[in-house]
Amino acid sequence: MAEYTLKVRRYQPESGEAAYWEEFKVDLDPSLSVLDGLLQAKDRDDGSLAVRCSCRAAICGSCGMKVNGQSGLGCKTQIGEAHEAANRRNGGSEPIVVEPMGNMPVIKDLITDMESTHWAKIRRVTPWLLPHGEPPEREYVVEPESMIDITQSMACIQCGACVSSCLSMEADPDFIGPAALAKAYRFVGDPRDAETVERLHDLAHDPHGIYDCTHCFSCIDACPKGVAPMDQIMRLRRRAAEEGIEDDPNNGANHVKAFVKMIEKKGTNDEALLIQESYAPGVKGKLKPTKGAVEGLLKSLPTVLRAIKTGKARSPSKLIPGVHPKLPGGAQDEVKAIYAHAEEHREEFNLYIKGEDEDFVEPEPDEMTDATIEAEAAAAAESEES
Amino acid sequence: MPKHDVLVIGAGLAGQRAALAAAEQGVSVGILSKVHPVRSHSNAAQGGINAALNPGDSWESHAFDTIKGSDYLGDQDAVEIMAREAPEEILHMEHLGVTFHRNEEGKLGTRAFGGASAARTYYVADITGQAIMHVLYEQLMKHSDQVARYEEWFCTALALDEEGECRGVVTRNIADGSMELFEAKAVILACGGNGQVWKPTTNALICTGDGIAMAYRVGAKLMDMEMIQYHPTTLAGKGFLITEGARGEGAHLLNAKGERFMERYAPNKMELASRDVVSRAEQTEINEGRGFPDGTVALDITVVPKKRVHEALREIVLVGRDFAGVDITREPIHIKPGNHYTMGGVKTDVEGRTDVPGLYAAGETACVSVHGGNRLGANSLLDTLIFGRRSGADAAARAKRIEGSRPSREALEAEQAQIDAIAAREKGSGRRVSEIKLELGTTMDAKVAVFRDEAGIAEALETVRRLKQEAESAYIDDKGQIFNQDLLAAIELGYMLDNAECTCVAALERKESRGAQYRTDFPERNDEEWLKHIDLQLTDDGPEISYSEVTITQWEPQERTY
Repeated sequence: MAEYTLKVRRYQPESGEAAYWEEFKVDLDPSLSVLDGLLQAKDRDDGSLAVRCSCRAAICGSCGMKVNGQSGLGCKTQIGEAHEAANRRNGGSEPIVVEPMGNMPVIKDLITDMESTHWAKIRRVTPWLLPHGEPPEREYVVEPESMIDITQSMACIQCGACVSSCLSMEADPDFIGPAALAKAYRFVGDPRDAETVERLHDLAHDPHGIYDCTHCFSCIDACPKGVAPMDQIMRLRRRAAEEGIEDDPNNGANHVKAFVKMIEKKGTNDEALLIQESYAPGVKGKLKPTKGAVEGLLKSLPTVLRAIKTGKARSPSKLIPGVHPKLPGGAQDEVKAIYAHAEEHREEFNLYIKGEDEDFVEPEPDEMTDATIEAEAAAAAESEES
Repeated sequence: MPKHDVLVIGAGLAGQRAALAAAEQGVSVGILSKVHPVRSHSNAAQGGINAALNPGDSWESHAFDTIKGSDYLGDQDAVEIMAREAPEEILHMEHLGVTFHRNEEGKLGTRAFGGASAARTYYVADITGQAIMHVLYEQLMKHSDQVARYEEWFCTALALDEEGECRGVVTRNIADGSMELFEAKAVILACGGNGQVWKPTTNALICTGDGIAMAYRVGAKLMDMEMIQYHPTTLAGKGFLITEGARGEGAHLLNAKGERFMERYAPNKMELASRDVVSRAEQTEINEGRGFPDGTVALDITVVPKKRVHEALREIVLVGRDFAGVDITREPIHIKPGNHYTMGGVKTDVEGRTDVPGLYAAGETACVSVHGGNRLGANSLLDTLIFGRRSGADAAARAKRIEGSRPSREALEAEQAQIDAIAAREKGSGRRVSEIKLELGTTMDAKVAVFRDEAGIAEALETVRRLKQEAESAYIDDKGQIFNQDLLAAIELGYMLDNAECTCVAALERKESRGAQYRTDFPERNDEEWLKHIDLQLTDDGPEISYSEVTITQWEPQERTY
């Protein structure tokens, strides 16, 4: 038994008051969960403390919330660990901070409106199987691996933690979002579904669709079930590319291709060339003056200026397409070797196949540190520029 | 007043299946649930669903295993229906999109499960219930023009008409606290079981026996209420479930001396004997001092190949890691028997009809009875689908057949008055709802569990009756309308106490040992006197006991060994 302080973001809609913080002292074993702590506060101190919960075992998906700013399930977050995390973050003996999920309107205390921000988007992806013709007399015969593959997205419990953490959704509330797109992959990856191409066209051509994800990994961090929604979005992109779906409104397919090509060739990101190649692929060194490309580049200008201002684009010379440092020594050959390996061995990081990360033996740390890589890269850049 | 031909209360597997089956008949359907449908407790069914679908298997074998598992208390006509219709139902679910595990040929593959004479359990990793329920919810979204969903609506009472037929339910919209009388020609209760009456339990916080209590309060008979399953592998303290699939994949049970003790209790089936048998064996080891100091024995999953664990038992890897701090692929995990399943419930026929016209029950709320004294693993999902479908179809047929008559509005007014009375209780006027619930749970787990005797059950009954009185003055903090969970907990406490009283009365009455009811004062099964169901019906003096015959078609009771 240990004592913990939960600092809970409260909102009582009928009080006429704005949201406020309230601290609750609870007393429980460190191996119990933050949800157990909240329930103790509710049982002992204040029955009006509102939190959706049911199974207590991370299977029903009711208790999505933010603990110390991290989206997840209250029942799956051990209170002892949350306490340590709070202390690490703030130093000293800080309370565990509990808030409702992000990107969703709050109804009462930790209860949010998931209908408009989650379920409406799930319904957006036509979330039911669309097989062709009458079903067979027995079962559909399919590759065993295909079922294991989509079991990862079937493992989603619709808790909304990924939606809560999604940075793209913060910027674009219309983004279909990680949960709904993972649900979409459950059908795209299902060999029994007969509308795969239509689904991919739909999701690629929606400006808030698969190319609206910025690849930030927040949803993978937040997901309590290892669904890895971003991985499912990347699979959707790969499948869309395999189907030759290219003319999407976000120029997403071209962006992906340009990026892949550039890294194979140069090893690091040439920002200027990336913009050009994303909007006007295949033209080197000069702009192909199509209407879309010019528009796209003009639209990118504010972003470019912001990048210079914030230091993301560190050297103005990098804005000249094509002037970009190469990797030092034979490093680029190694990058190419990685590409060749990836082409030959199609590896999927699916937890139902591979198990947890910790099952893999970590490779010995390379002797080359980040600092030496940077130093060598700088030296190489100088020699190229001079 | 919202109005539907068929109204389904509860949106787990049984409720969703019933709603879809009723909608197929072209009637208007409403489905109400106190939580969003995908939060329902069918999620927690991990291991799989049984069907004799393999060429070498037969429905008769499945039926016999089920009847033997029930300790011959299951009604054999109902069991036959379930076993015969299982293969078609599994195929139907596969066609709707359930991602069942495949064998190397790409066809449906099976795993072994307890009490079964063949490997006939179909599964999706160890998230079978979740996978099926999410696919059914996909279908509900697809058919939203035929099935209206009322998500987060709480039912407080059934509403009858002047003839005593069930014509609706009184509900509270949790989002804004408004009360509504829903009108229907048939009502199907699919509200799950009553595990929260015990603490600890594998059951979710929502499993408070609502449907059983609501039916009981309008005069429907309850049956087999003494039959409460303790699952052999639950985490100590927290009560979380470790799927029987683990033993199906080959995991061993060990006592503190490292002995595979099932050799002494079930030499043929070992760890895969019926759940009641395995739970009693474990409890005996623990009681006789061969368990661990924390009152447990060990489940050793390390004998299962690691690749297989990741593919088929992933949820258990997570449960072990997150809730017990144990890597099950590397070391045994401590487990003990824990409250898990309500075999009894609202007495129904094979079409789901209760004694109250217009009222149906399906799934764990109902007692058909296919599980009798002990349910086999992977038969509960099957029960929900088969009898959910049959209830939905029969309720739709009834709705087409009969004229509409209106439920009395008195029920609505009475419920509103009751709620106002709860809210009006002063703080400190009695005990807190949570305190009463805790005392109920620990009492039932101590006295009405794996081993029972007259003195213990009588003590529990006395406690339950005292708690019922205390509940009448229990106060709540929240006086609001929006998401007043405090108020709902007070109403649920009432449901739980009715369930507990019935279980105690029936357990006291059955003076023999059969299935989950093991009386240390009557350790033998006694077919001559007790091969019969105990039925309970509400009177002014509490539950009144009567008996009904067990239907036997072709399997005469035999001695039960594994």
